Amino acid sequence: MSYIPTTDAERQRMLAEIGVKSVDDLFAEIPSAARLRQPLNLPAGCSEAEVFSHLKTLAAQNADLDTYACFMGGGVYDHLIPAALTDIVSRNEFVTAYTPYQPEVSQGVLQSIYEFQSLICLLTQMDVANASVYDGASACAEAALLACNQTRRGTILMAEGLHPEYRAVVQTYLEQQDLKTVIVPMQNGTINIEALSDLLTSEVAGVIVQHPNFFGNLEAVYDIGKAVHAAGAIYIACVDPISLGVLAPPGAYDADIAVGDGQSLGNQPSFGGPSFGFMAVKEALLRRLPGRIAGETIDHSGRRGFVLTLQTREQHIRRERAASNICTNQALNALCATVYLSLLGKQGLAAVANQCLQKAHYAQKQLCALPGWRAAFSQASFYQEFTLECDHDIDAVNQRLLEHKIIGGLPLARFDQRYANLALFCVTEARTRSEIDRLVDVLRTL
Amino acid sequence: MITREVPLIFTAGAPGRTGYMPPASDVQEESVDTLIPAAYLRDEAPPLPELSELEVVRHFINLSRLNHAVDVGFYPLGSCTMKYNPKVNEAAAALPGFARIHPYQPEESVQGALAMMWHLGRYLCEISGLHAASLQPAAGAQGELAGLMVIKAYHEAQGAGQQRREVIVPDSAHGTNPASAAMCGYKVITVPSDSQGGMDLEALQAAVGPATAGLMLTNPNTLGLFDANIVEIARIVHEAGGLLYYDGANANAILGISRPGEMGFDVVHFNLHKTFSTPHGGGGPGAGPIVVCKELEPFLPVPVVVKKADDTYALDYDRPQSVGRVRSFYGNFGVLVRAYTYIRRLGPDGLKQVSETAVLHANYLLSKLKPYFDLPYDRVCMHEFVLSGKRQKAKGVRTLDIAKRMLDFGIHAPTVYFPLIVDEALMIEPTETETLETLDAFVEVMTTIAREVEENPEVVKEAPHHTPVGRLDETRAARQPNLRWRPS
Ligand SMILES: Cc1ncc(COP(=O)(O)O)c(C=O)c1O
Repeated sequence: MSYIPTTDAERQRMLAEIGVKSVDDLFAEIPSAARLRQPLNLPAGCSEAEVFSHLKTLAAQNADLDTYACFMGGGVYDHLIPAALTDIVSRNEFVTAYTPYQPEVSQGVLQSIYEFQSLICLLTQMDVANASVYDGASACAEAALLACNQTRRGTILMAEGLHPEYRAVVQTYLEQQDLKTVIVPMQNGTINIEALSDLLTSEVAGVIVQHPNFFGNLEAVYDIGKAVHAAGAIYIACVDPISLGVLAPPGAYDADIAVGDGQSLGNQPSFGGPSFGFMAVKEALLRRLPGRIAGETIDHSGRRGFVLTLQTREQHIRRERAASNICTNQALNALCATVYLSLLGKQGLAAVANQCLQKAHYAQKQLCALPGWRAAFSQASFYQEFTLECDHDIDAVNQRLLEHKIIGGLPLARFDQRYANLALFCVTEARTRSEIDRLVDVLRTL
Repeated sequence: MITREVPLIFTAGAPGRTGYMPPASDVQEESVDTLIPAAYLRDEAPPLPELSELEVVRHFINLSRLNHAVDVGFYPLGSCTMKYNPKVNEAAAALPGFARIHPYQPEESVQGALAMMWHLGRYLCEISGLHAASLQPAAGAQGELAGLMVIKAYHEAQGAGQQRREVIVPDSAHGTNPASAAMCGYKVITVPSDSQGGMDLEALQAAVGPATAGLMLTNPNTLGLFDANIVEIARIVHEAGGLLYYDGANANAILGISRPGEMGFDVVHFNLHKTFSTPHGGGGPGAGPIVVCKELEPFLPVPVVVKKADDTYALDYDRPQSVGRVRSFYGNFGVLVRAYTYIRRLGPDGLKQVSETAVLHANYLLSKLKPYFDLPYDRVCMHEFVLSGKRQKAKGVRTLDIAKRMLDFGIHAPTVYFPLIVDEALMIEPTETETLETLDAFVEVMTTIAREVEENPEVVKEAPHHTPVGRLDETRAARQPNLRWRPS
């Protein structure tokens, strides 16, 4: 077995040193009732070449986005990934390191986390950020718990326009602690401000609004913020980081917490994971942030260095009184974001965000001109995603598109029967005009 | 390792540079403010770095050279199972058919992905001796939370949800155990360990009762010791109406040898980023799938991957008793691909050999190091063991100093000050993938340091001396937090 270097002779030497006859003797303390008597019933092991060939066979059964033009979003986006990024993040000194528990030999990881935190703050215009959480959904859940702890109130309002899976995760997390979640309904594709005002009682700890929302539409983030703060609640904005290349950042509309999923920043779609969740807050909430935070300090001779800091918030010190149970986060995925933002920089990010906006609008206009297709929410402004209402069976349409090597819009009936006949399309900078035109052509011939 | 300071990315570059641009847009451009109302636009582009591609590459490559990593040298970090991460796993996960698929594609266009997940779930059932799996949790701690939710939902379905409000954890438990229990809304009851480092049966007997929802246990425990009373422990908890949660962080000791199912556990999580060789990435991503017994299956998070009568695979959302979702989509899929590859590569014999060798290596190190350090529990260990730096502390040298001194020899320090029940703890986990030469070199380093403590303690107390930076001032970092760069 090539991953195990120990030879028989070495095994014997080690056993002699330990003073036992066989490896089996080392397991003598395991009571017989808890001993496995037969081999595990698993496929026999095989060579590297065989296992890789098997994995290639499995992979070939999936329609991949190198071969198919993807018009699906809904939380996972097909953006271009620079070759230099893929190369950098495969460096084994990043890939095979653990959480930086010994800072003196982990300065690379720690500095990159510090740079990550800084980049997230610059993008969101918030004061401080942590080193990542699992995904956008758990970022929302952690933000909701933070809001409840901070305000000592027990209800979280979630806009209907928050990703349905994020809503589900927030609900799962909160109900364990008997905290309540209430959905603020949508009207014409954006939050119903009157309903929000009615629901904003003195019980409400925080409000989570996604912007642009799950349906692609821009929310009235300034007015929402005023209403939320007037009720003494915490304003949580869930945002697409690339959109912040053109859209006003959460800091501009006075959000207290900015969260989101970072897949779009240089991470592959990978069937939905791994990506990472980011969390940035106003200074006043710093001590309640969950998870790792890197900070700058100096060594004994005054050299600059970085360490994990403010650890009294964390589970290994505070145990059942910790801000969260999170330990391992999504460091390598956060590194992808750091490298992505560094490569694109000020101009590149603005260019990508603008192209998403432009191409989505180009596509939306063509699609809405097709018979049987129309904008579901005609009044709303959108960024790179838009919802269409369709007279055809959307699943059947998508089958047809697959034959043309196209992954069509996301059928929203998947999340709620009220959304039957709605499809959510996404057009990023990775789609070309000819791909968009091909989509339109196929749909025209339905 | 280099020892030069790498400037912050924000202080390098020049206005106007960029390291990557998308291709020129090929659609008719509209003026942005006709598409988005002006109030919603960003006033000014965020002040992101402006560097060429080469500058960015050098920046990160130089940063990478400041890191210790498994591929650089020995990493005996206890509880973390820093084994070699096989490269074929990476190649598999990077295949476009895995890396470049969208989670909402029609199911028939992702049959290979779903088949992989379904089989991985089955393998984890077999390895744990339990019945049904959810691959959704993103890491061990999220697995703990999801597993406890399942336990809670079970008690609620039995009508005992209001009554069973307590989760018992031993004082040797990892911090995530009590933190997860609290996050799940439970009151945490801590029970002491006995003189052998195992669960104190009398204390456990006294702690269980009608309020007990469950017990969380690691076996081998965080001392690296197998709790031989496990069957009795399970009986006590089950008789009180509670369930048993297995923290699988230490599963590298038991593959093919003993299974949580037969030990009496009802729920386990595995850390795929420990036992199943997926790389830690400097702090993640990991994956913390859970496996449960038959009675608990209805409560697993949604969706669950199922195999249909026609041998195709699907995502099943129709599970009315489910706890709900703990993560978006289906978990850290890319990590699952790596773990699946590893299990298929090793097979049952290879996996058993992993645990046998991990345990052999740990006991070898233990017997070599025993004369030089205190050993609070002198027993055969499993895949790791915990020494105490008490003897050295008496000389004015702390475990932290010893850990820092080890860095000077190109070795990562063991886990220190955990578990909390051992004074000046040093938790050493060599793993099965290291050579005897490496183990012997480690012994040499440890005995050298033990000698230095006697003869020249200052060199240990002032360590490290040969790392990119010297010992860092953590108090200053916490007292005067500088957590980000700000444009001037
Ligand atoms: C014993 C034990 N339990 C639980 C965990 C938590 O796992 P994770 O970091 O994947 O959340 C760890 C990881 O350090 C551990 O060592």
